[in-house]
Amino acid sequence: MCNFNSNPEKTNVKVDPQYSPKEGIIVRTVIMTENEKFFEIKLEGEEELGNLPGQFVQLSIFGIGEAPISISSSPTKEDKNTFEICVRNVGTFTNALHQLGVGDKIGVRGPYGRPFPIDELKGNDLIFVAGGLGIVPLRSLINFVIDRRRDYGDVSILLGCKQPKDRLFGDEIESWNQLTDINYACTVDKADPEWKGSVGVITTLIPGVDIDVNRTYAVVVGPPVMYGFVIAELLKKGLPEDKIILSLERRMKCGLGKCGHCQINDKYVCQDGPTFFYSELRGLEEAL
Amino acid sequence: MRYVFLEKKDLGTFVDYLRKDHRVVAPVKKENQFVFADVDSAEEISLEYIPTILPPKKYFFPQKEKLGAFKIGQTTLADTSVDIQPTVIFGVHTCDIDGIECLDTVFFKDPADPYYKKRKKSIVLIGYECMFPCDEFASCVTMDTHVPKAGYDIMITDAGSKYILHINSNEGEKIIGDNAMFKPDEDDKAKFELRELREEKAKKFKPQINSDFKELPKMFEESYNSKVWDEVGKKCVSCGNCTAVCPTCYCFDINDDVKLDLSGGERKRIWDSCQLDEFAAVAGGENFREERSSRQRHRYYRKFSYSVKKYHKFFCTGCGRCTRACVAGISLIETVNELIKEYKNV
Repeated sequence: MCNFNSNPEKTNVKVDPQYSPKEGIIVRTVIMTENEKFFEIKLEGEEELGNLPGQFVQLSIFGIGEAPISISSSPTKEDKNTFEICVRNVGTFTNALHQLGVGDKIGVRGPYGRPFPIDELKGNDLIFVAGGLGIVPLRSLINFVIDRRRDYGDVSILLGCKQPKDRLFGDEIESWNQLTDINYACTVDKADPEWKGSVGVITTLIPGVDIDVNRTYAVVVGPPVMYGFVIAELLKKGLPEDKIILSLERRMKCGLGKCGHCQINDKYVCQDGPTFFYSELRGLEEAL
Repeated sequence: MRYVFLEKKDLGTFVDYLRKDHRVVAPVKKENQFVFADVDSAEEISLEYIPTILPPKKYFFPQKEKLGAFKIGQTTLADTSVDIQPTVIFGVHTCDIDGIECLDTVFFKDPADPYYKKRKKSIVLIGYECMFPCDEFASCVTMDTHVPKAGYDIMITDAGSKYILHINSNEGEKIIGDNAMFKPDEDDKAKFELRELREEKAKKFKPQINSDFKELPKMFEESYNSKVWDEVGKKCVSCGNCTAVCPTCYCFDINDDVKLDLSGGERKRIWDSCQLDEFAAVAGGENFREERSSRQRHRYYRKFSYSVKKYHKFFCTGCGRCTRACVAGISLIETVNELIKEYKNV
């Protein structure tokens, strides 16, 4: 049989290292609660991450894998060479991350995702509503606004968590509370004897806020169960759907709009989000 | 863009000729089904075949693909590369060519996938036109993928005593060149012959879905809460067969393969399926598509609705693989026809 059998040789060609993380070094950690740990991470070569409020990174530990993690720091913070995250120990990756300490290396891909609409928010009153871990991504925007305070009108921060001991960023939040140009309120679902603040779910704080619906944006971040109640309360106040902004949690694997894991109907949360106007999500059953 | 003729007896010579510079993969019989596999000669090829178990996407987007190598304790990937080999995929049906165009749409969209890009560049597509409907599971006529349009380098059409080859790219031209095996279309007969052949073909190919495909996105828009999804959900066993065999499903997971000595390993991406229970779950326990009905619905919408909104393209090629591979007997044609029935009755 005539057989040329000249299967051409394979050639190994380099590809753009799109999936290769950059090297990060953990420069500070704070144990925040029983389950949540704070990390400050510096990129190799003092490179800036270049993040905007509301974005996320894919953190990587070889042998364990990758996970999408919200960036908690604002790009306006003093040390531009680091960024901050706060992570709940809840799965394989976050468990491994919690074992790391100062000086340990961590892989960083990103930043990814559509940031909060910072330009659109300018010149408006802002209401921040954070439930539970929602404060972690929202903190990037709150600190951004505090650092550029005069660009914005009235600013209110409403926080809620299960119990006083679950509160994150306690000292920092206390410092927000001291700012005279910020309205601040905090509530817990269940108080302890020390607790002097409000008790009740976060929606109970909303009626107390004076809202001028023509010049107010609400930015809401929290667990899925919270969104429905908070949004209903804000709509009741007369706030339009395109002035309510949310951030959604999904299990992004690539962050590049390919892997399909974060898809909600025709939207890819890693690129079209994670921040959304409520008007973009209304009616999407899988969104909230 | 031109046509040439090839005597049927020369098909073997053609394949041998291709093998001089290319790895050749083609449809091959495997028990009572077909697969794309490496071939050494034309005798191994089954040109008259129903869609292969896996579509040719495995050559562009392998089931398991190395993204790079790592050492434990380090943070950056080394060896971000891909092994490529000049390859001809021979005998691809038009439905599968459409499937490859869908993958192109996704993987070339900014930020383009570097691995896919390199593989795609090394592959020449030689199509083979179906002249007979394959089986009752295909819906290629409705999806308008049963006639060659674009997306191939060379298309072969059986014209009785000979083949008509349509050369559709520079890569195709490079292969045909002025090789004496191919007879030039001197009197511009090929186009005329093809038109006649396709008129005959149209008599044999009938639409399988009771709606024009252009109407489907609107119908899906109105069918999100249809009871049909509950019915499909009840049957589905969440095995993920339908997405694995789909020529346009591209979802993946990223995993680390660690060496036994724990010194390092490879980061890989592997095919994943939106039909699996944990696909849309997050670490905190929330699962955004917990029900099988919502996962099946998601799959259908990714073919007929979301993809049209996002990429302006249907991601169903009508190949029928999802139906053939379903262990629970879920039929795409039946499901879509049920939805249409319900939609028209409202």
